[in-house]
Amino acid sequence: MAATAKDVKKLAALARIKVTDAEIEKFTNEFDAILDYVGQLEKLNIPRNLGKEKPPLRNVMREDGAPHASCAYTGKLTEQFPARLPAQAGEGEHLVVKQIISYE
Amino acid sequence: MTIVEAASTLRSKELKVSDLWDACSEAVKTKNPKLNAYLEIFDADNAAITAAQKRVDAGDESLLCGIPLAIKDNILIEGKIASAASKMLANYRATYDATVIKKLKDAGALFLGRTNMDEFAMGSSTEHSAFGATKNPHDISRVPGGSSGGSAAAVAAHLAIAALGSDTGGSIRQPAAHCGIVGLKPTYGAVSRSGLIAMGSSLDQIGPLAKTVEDTRILYDAIRGIDALDATTIPDGLYGAPPPAGGPRNLRIGIPQHLLKEVIDADMRAAFDATLDVLARHGHTLVDIELPMSVYALAAYYIIMPAEVSTNLARLDGMRYGLATRGRMLLDDYVLSRTEGFGEETRRRILLGTFVLSSGYIDAYYRKADAVRIVLRREYDAAFSKVDVIAFPTTPSPAFMFGEKSDPLSMYLGDIFTVTANLTGMPAISVPMGYVERGGEKLPIGIHFTAPHQAEDALFAIGEAVEKTNNN
Repeated sequence: MAATAKDVKKLAALARIKVTDAEIEKFTNEFDAILDYVGQLEKLNIPRNLGKEKPPLRNVMREDGAPHASCAYTGKLTEQFPARLPAQAGEGEHLVVKQIISYE
Repeated sequence: MTIVEAASTLRSKELKVSDLWDACSEAVKTKNPKLNAYLEIFDADNAAITAAQKRVDAGDESLLCGIPLAIKDNILIEGKIASAASKMLANYRATYDATVIKKLKDAGALFLGRTNMDEFAMGSSTEHSAFGATKNPHDISRVPGGSSGGSAAAVAAHLAIAALGSDTGGSIRQPAAHCGIVGLKPTYGAVSRSGLIAMGSSLDQIGPLAKTVEDTRILYDAIRGIDALDATTIPDGLYGAPPPAGGPRNLRIGIPQHLLKEVIDADMRAAFDATLDVLARHGHTLVDIELPMSVYALAAYYIIMPAEVSTNLARLDGMRYGLATRGRMLLDDYVLSRTEGFGEETRRRILLGTFVLSSGYIDAYYRKADAVRIVLRREYDAAFSKVDVIAFPTTPSPAFMFGEKSDPLSMYLGDIFTVTANLTGMPAISVPMGYVERGGEKLPIGIHFTAPHQAEDALFAIGEAVEKTNNN
């Protein structure tokens, strides 16, 4: 199975990454080699029903409850915000994001 | 100096904790410019040094008390940058301690700095670091291995007493082998990953890199254990009662001869066989085993790992932390931040992962790889009814030159012996097994052992047996 330049462009859009034309060509060639290698699994005949394996560790639960005091980490986290609106009277700090609905 | 030696000089009062810190820190400052093992060298934390000294003076038994360690740049230390060697997180300051860091701080350990790595732990050479490659202390024209190459080079060049790394497909064991030290990937779930920047979550483990097997065990004992902050951590005895410890015991060593043909350099193969011969003479038993599905392990790994990478790295969007490049619309903000923040190999693996998970291909790739993983694990379980450990060389060849593996597939093929332990979740160790010569330089090589889940003790036993053969 080969990846085409169109595929790579589509993948980049899905992954929210921009790739230049030169990179598209490079990635397409490399993906061909990599997919050719990992594609050897296609020939493998593995029984469809391997049986359900019950992992020894599953459904890790804890009691409901507050793990820490409310707002204990807010200050530390908001410090990392690239775009921050300082706290205003009666309100905490805010993360500023752009308009989501497009202009067009 | 090893952890054991350093701890004993602190207790005999030959050195104070501050002397040990100053000596290590001075060595780092002098030698790091040549090696680029550290991305940042921390200032002395005088409060921690004083507290450690008090504990040593009071006869505290923690061997890690006052010991300066190096920490891979994807493990969070509160208040310090944790960049995973990426431009994306170059300004990210950790808001909390990783569980392993909390445990090491409780043990009284000190942190010299954060070590270089391949960006987001993706690579086998540190050449994919956004901040320049680390050099191999045995030959600076060669790579130290990766992705924990900075940690391995720091320990090998005596720029840290020991270090932590992380291992998703060999990222602790391969650089340990290339730098001539010991590296352990613990059982999946043995060590908490809370505070580790995630790469492949069904594969990742934090583990120690150290000069001796004994040091490796000390560090492993300090960081292991169940943790409420990582639901994948496992309780002791989950996989059955461990074999009785203590006393020298003879181990059955399984050797999958059919996997070792052709791929290994001739002199590496000779060193591997010679090490096994000595082990056999010391009373261990060599057993031929067959692991037919192992031939497909690397292919399965290079499907599952990028799939998990593309998922894990989707969180990095330039919104709440890290690099934030701004465009006209919100979508532009995401795309610009991710395009500028991620290096080439990271982008390559995100795209590959997106491909193998896409609806038209998920059956052919991801689901197939997952099935291989189940078969592989059963195959190993069956083999472990006949043997205690399984041996490989850690790598097919010694450390390669910078730029030698510019084609990504050729770099991936070097992981052929290490990825299986990540796919099965079993613990594995690399221990030095001598040297081979390349271009007039003596380069260290490693022997690799895998054991059943939670049988780290068997790895330490066989590792110490190999250390003895090296000394004889």
